Amino acid sequence: MKEHAVEVFFLFVLIAITLLIGVYLYRVLRGPTVYDRVLGLNGISTKAIILLVVIGTVYERVEMFVDIATGYALVNLVGSLAIAKYLEERGKSADVSE
Amino acid sequence: MSLNEIPELMHFLISAGLILVGLFFLLVAAVGVLRLPDVFTRSHAVSLTDSLGAFFLLGGLALYEGFSANLAKILIVLVLLYLLNPVIAHATVRAAHRSGLKPWSRENR
Repeated sequence: MKEHAVEVFFLFVLIAITLLIGVYLYRVLRGPTVYDRVLGLNGISTKAIILLVVIGTVYERVEMFVDIATGYALVNLVGSLAIAKYLEERGKSADVSE
Repeated sequence: MSLNEIPELMHFLISAGLILVGLFFLLVAAVGVLRLPDVFTRSHAVSLTDSLGAFFLLGGLALYEGFSANLAKILIVLVLLYLLNPVIAHATVRAAHRSGLKPWSRENR
């Protein structure tokens, strides 16, 4: 009975975070400027890291999923910094209405 | 329920409370991302509020794990998030500012 309640609670957390990802996805698809899209992607990747740790807790395999989350965070850092550098160099010459 | 189950229940309830507080902050961040007017204000919702929500949520999960190697691993992810989130938000906002995007104000919307 108690185990069941714990599992239901973690499933609730998983579903809530997944619904929040939908909000960020709206910002990525709709965002008026390209910088809004990058910020939305950053928010989605934060949610993905949290989701990985929660999934690990549900399956009681945290030690494995936490490693995946760490790798994902580092890859996300490199990708986001590269995109930001590119946009900064491009934005100096082009217009930013798109 | 016997008497020696009560500390276990307290342990779960405290970590569940931390996780729910974290979910609340993540919800506030999502509302900010939806409602705020431009990049510079939205970056506050994404970097500040999101980091606080992740802090509470991962802290609750680490407390739920108890005293083990998993706690240290979850804390490593927590510290990484706290270091990397502001760096990414700063780089993006700096790119937006350098490329001539004007901050939102009441006059020029």
